[in-house]
Amino acid sequence: MKAVISVTGKDGVGIVAKVSAKCAECGANIIDISQTVLGGYFAMIMIADVSALNVQFGDFVDYMAAAGKESGLQINTMHEDIFNSMHKI
Amino acid sequence: MSIVTTTDILETINMIQHENLDVRTITMGISLYDCVSDDIGRLCDNIYDKITKRAENIVKVGDGIGKKYGIPIVNKRVSVTPVALIGGKSSADDYVKIAKTLDRAAKEIGINFIGGYSALVQKGMSRGGEELIKSIPQALTETDFLCSSLNVASTKAGINMDAIYMAGKAIKELAYLTKDRNSIGCAKFVVFANAPEDNPFMAGAFHGIGEPECVINVGVSGPGVVAAAIKRAGNCDFGELANIIKKTAYKITSVGQLVATDAAAELGVPFGIVDLSLAPTPAIGDSVARILENMGLERCGTHGTTAALAMLNDAVKKGGVMASSSVGGLSGAFIPVSEDEGMIEAVNVGALHLNKLEAMTAVCSVGLDMIAIPGDTPVETICGIIADEIAIGVVNTKTTAARLIPAYGKKVGDSVDFGGLLGTAPIMEVSPYSSCEFIHRGGHIPAPMHSLKN
Repeated sequence: MKAVISVTGKDGVGIVAKVSAKCAECGANIIDISQTVLGGYFAMIMIADVSALNVQFGDFVDYMAAAGKESGLQINTMHEDIFNSMHKI
Repeated sequence: MSIVTTTDILETINMIQHENLDVRTITMGISLYDCVSDDIGRLCDNIYDKITKRAENIVKVGDGIGKKYGIPIVNKRVSVTPVALIGGKSSADDYVKIAKTLDRAAKEIGINFIGGYSALVQKGMSRGGEELIKSIPQALTETDFLCSSLNVASTKAGINMDAIYMAGKAIKELAYLTKDRNSIGCAKFVVFANAPEDNPFMAGAFHGIGEPECVINVGVSGPGVVAAAIKRAGNCDFGELANIIKKTAYKITSVGQLVATDAAAELGVPFGIVDLSLAPTPAIGDSVARILENMGLERCGTHGTTAALAMLNDAVKKGGVMASSSVGGLSGAFIPVSEDEGMIEAVNVGALHLNKLEAMTAVCSVGLDMIAIPGDTPVETICGIIADEIAIGVVNTKTTAARLIPAYGKKVGDSVDFGGLLGTAPIMEVSPYSSCEFIHRGGHIPAPMHSLKN
């Protein structure tokens, strides 16, 4: 089971580190990262394996969002199935 | 990217965050046949117990799925067997007790509407149906979350004009009884032709007679997503435009199917249908009228609007059908006035009138929806408007409906604000000429021919 974690906001030092640390804390294994900075605006999409989470998926979504808020970032965590169903026939 | 492309991911996120993509409703249909009792107290207890047990977790499950996929699931609702079918020997006063029971159950489980305070009277009226119709004004005035509907006609049965007359009188009384709240009672009552039995959308949802014991139906939405896709496409011909709408509808419906499958599994209830309707809200960027305007019409309501809507409705169905294992309900574009920011503006600038709306309903679902008319509109005129709308459905073998609000004390130029998803309705002009003699004839308009079609 995989999740897509999207992170957007003003660029700064240590964003990837912060988000990765939170993933590790919850037991999410990062398997892919795509990240860019455009005009001072940070955007990252992470794919994480969430099969071995040590918290409920719903709580993981909340933790990530809260961690983002602390750093002025918007973090959305979504189950991969929504993308698979919308974009694959 | 290992799963889908970054562009796909960003497209989905953009649809949700900026184009108002959501799942409009998860509606649990519950049969009330086994609640029947000859004692009204026991009947009410049975209904309350069954609904609160069956749908106990619907809000929790719905919210959980919304969080899992990062998509808002706006409404969690329940529809029940048309109450007139299980009321037995109940009088109108007894029916009000059932209405209050349903409302109490809705509040207990935390849903925002419960539908099925309904009667199917297309061919004729049983005693139960008649008593229920009589009880509607009081029932909807004294409850908060209850929705009511009548099926007054079908292509096979014709049009029950006596039922339309009773419905017109009920609407007028309901407007008066809820006059302190802008006649909001009328927003919870809809009159149908060819009512679908698996519709998840309010106010017309009920759990039809051929439905299983319990079922999950899901209504998708996404006018904003379609409008944005058309805008991005720029100047293309109708063939390409239809393809863009189909692809977008496929994506929207896929989400509905995913949510429906999950909800059914988690609640331990069979999946019923996904309803493909494009359902607008009063929010900016969530309007069906704006889709039509993005197709190239200066204002919704101008010449070409019916053609644009016909194409939109058809393309939405073609795209949506492929994304779902089972499609049903109303499945079409909704054109409610008060619930659609673009429609409201079109009425306010004089571009959209009742006559054009009526023509538009011939090519889309669901009908004259959430239309406020002057408070002093005669009952017979209200019945005439309903009869016209119903005739369109009966002759064209489709669902049509009317949800009219003769807003007490209001006249053309005023507007009424219902708040929330029900929105704001400008009062629309009706014909000053009488329909009185026609309506007072009473009886039944026979079913239409199905051959010699011209």
